[in-house]
Amino acid sequence: MFDSPDHVASALAEVQYLTDTDTSTTVYLAAALQRPLLVEGPAGVGKTELAKAVATATGSELIRLQCYEGLDEARALYEWNYRKQLLRIQAAPDDARWDETHDDIFTDEFLLTRPLLRAIRRDDPTVLLIDEADKTDVEVEALLLEVLSDFQVTIPELGTVTATRRPFVLVTSNATRELSEALKRRCLYLYLDYPSPEREREIVGAQVPELELALAEKLVRTAALLRTLELKKAPSVAETIDWARTLLALGVTGADDFDDETIARTLGVVLKHTADHARVRNELRLP
Amino acid sequence: MTARLLDRHVSFVAALRRRGLRVSIAEDLDAARAMASIELIDRDQLRSALAATLVKRQAQRPLFDLIFDVYYPPVTGTSALEPFDGVTPKRHLPPAPRDAIEDPVRDAIRDLLAEYLASGDEQLLAQAVRDSIEAFGTESHGREGGPGMPGRARSPRAILAKVSAQTLMAGILAQVLSGVERGGVSEQRARTMINDRIRRFEDAVEAGIRRRVAEQTGVEIAVRDWSRPSVDEVPFLDATRADLAEVRREIQPLARRLAAKLAQDQRRGSRGQLDFRATVRASLSTGGVPMATHHRPRRPHKTDLVVLCDLSDSVASFARFTLLLAYALREQFSRVRAFGFVDELDELTRFFTPGGDVVDAMTRLAAEADVTGATGRTDYGRAIELFAQRFDDVVGPRTSLLVLGDARSNYGYVALPTLRRIAGKAKHAYWLNPERRAMWNTGDSRARDFDAITPMVECRNLAQLAEFAKQLGR
Repeated sequence: MFDSPDHVASALAEVQYLTDTDTSTTVYLAAALQRPLLVEGPAGVGKTELAKAVATATGSELIRLQCYEGLDEARALYEWNYRKQLLRIQAAPDDARWDETHDDIFTDEFLLTRPLLRAIRRDDPTVLLIDEADKTDVEVEALLLEVLSDFQVTIPELGTVTATRRPFVLVTSNATRELSEALKRRCLYLYLDYPSPEREREIVGAQVPELELALAEKLVRTAALLRTLELKKAPSVAETIDWARTLLALGVTGADDFDDETIARTLGVVLKHTADHARVRNELRLP
Repeated sequence: MTARLLDRHVSFVAALRRRGLRVSIAEDLDAARAMASIELIDRDQLRSALAATLVKRQAQRPLFDLIFDVYYPPVTGTSALEPFDGVTPKRHLPPAPRDAIEDPVRDAIRDLLAEYLASGDEQLLAQAVRDSIEAFGTESHGREGGPGMPGRARSPRAILAKVSAQTLMAGILAQVLSGVERGGVSEQRARTMINDRIRRFEDAVEAGIRRRVAEQTGVEIAVRDWSRPSVDEVPFLDATRADLAEVRREIQPLARRLAAKLAQDQRRGSRGQLDFRATVRASLSTGGVPMATHHRPRRPHKTDLVVLCDLSDSVASFARFTLLLAYALREQFSRVRAFGFVDELDELTRFFTPGGDVVDAMTRLAAEADVTGATGRTDYGRAIELFAQRFDDVVGPRTSLLVLGDARSNYGYVALPTLRRIAGKAKHAYWLNPERRAMWNTGDSRARDFDAITPMVECRNLAQLAEFAKQLGR
């Protein structure tokens, strides 16, 4: 997939995803060692974006498994299409033998493949994104463990399906609960934090190229300042980018126009709690 | 991989394990494979590769970085700073406060540092770090302090005190903000930026000193000597101010994690009665065969939480954290009421408005809560009696009662019968004590007496507090 960490960095930069050494090296290793990559970090630092960027950069298809509480095997792996099977049984001619029908209804035609199985069966390059794995129950984690360690799935009626081409697997977590040691052991680990102001300025520059450099600098410094205050929800990178777009839409083009009043007016783009608004207005003495 | 490199790697992993990182053999092998597939010449890549394979918890990353720095040190040059030659041009900065003794070397370093703080140039940073360690890193420099062993590395704190980067702030602020009106957002923005750079400087100096110690004493000893508990293990009672701020930041995420866990636990196994109608209706799509049964959701049972906390100075920080956590977990209880006391009792519930600001709540609580009376010393007896008189109806059969305090009542009356009566009415009653278990029952501590009425739980740090909250929410 990639030749070196630097290759990762340049390939991802081409699709507007800027990396640091940690990110590029870890992504490279995940591809080289064919290990799943577990990405943790605060909300909105670009964990999911990373998977999308890798998919685009390598021309792979992105298969996404969004985890939620109550997710089960039938939604994650595969399920038999009961309705169709019932129809098939009811529609069978009267003289058909049972074992024929039986063999017939447990074939590919009646199998509903879900993301995990689909990713394993594909022959073309694939990026499998398992999003917010911490939201699932422990049982699903055990299932993931099985699938991610051997990249094979056993379906009792069909036999074992083994990946002909291992997908690039990216697991994200917001750490609402600690994932099990066993799962972590099988994955490479990457922690994405809020970027340094220098890097965030590059990110904003890449996403919103129309924005003037001095204004971008001021913007990311302000975001960094907001993150130092004790807020319920600190502004994410995505929100900083939104902020930049908002400023453009409002016709704020020069760094000098980005004054206290403009900040106060557009604060809603980055802060989503009333308590946070009150706090920031208070601390920064905004009008 | 060459044998020498392998030896290095094995002892590196051993050091990680000694310092409490659980590194499995599989991960160790992964790390070795990772090393084989990257350019070892690039130190940052090596660091990232080892971190990705060996460290699976971000809280352990700083420790990993420390140990990495010792085992795989960067190639260091010597200082670019000559002993002061008298011709180095002075930069135009407002004069910084000086010690009684003029120190040209120190001034030169401070100038260099100031330039970095203003510009953010990485090369200047590296140079400033190297120079400060070179100039002040060993005690043999002989400018100050007692007679240390010659050549022994000085503690990072001593060096940082000598350079005292914070005192440069005012000058640089003036420089950065020249032509801009002071106050408001621009000043704070600049402050954040400069503070950030100061922290980077301090971290780099610390890392440098650690490396020097390691070179002198051997890596094994150097690694053994550092210990810094992670945030959730900082004991409440002897935390520094910085620690406390960090712990407070940790409360919200902790509450979020706990709330998710509690909600899950409450839902789990909570399938109620069979919902016959829903089951039949769903079966229509499978030709009348009920493939899955449907159940009515079970009503969640939530308890009231009543917190009674000692707000005297010795345990106040502990009480505040617990209150914060209790209020952050508000949704998990049907109602939360809080009372504080020293030798007077006051209800604290009014400080915690839903969606309100935590920092605000804490400042207002400290300023406005009416908890000190005549003596100003903790009086458990009086507090309990007052609680029984004024708020007797607060505690009922659906209430969990929490008492927070160190159970030290200055040898006074402790109103055990009243407490027994109140605790008897509640569904559960617990006492959280921030002291080490070994300290209980020493001096004026009445832990044993209270423990007989309300089971006492040791709660010294966030980890223990979280563990307790988990049980309480069930």
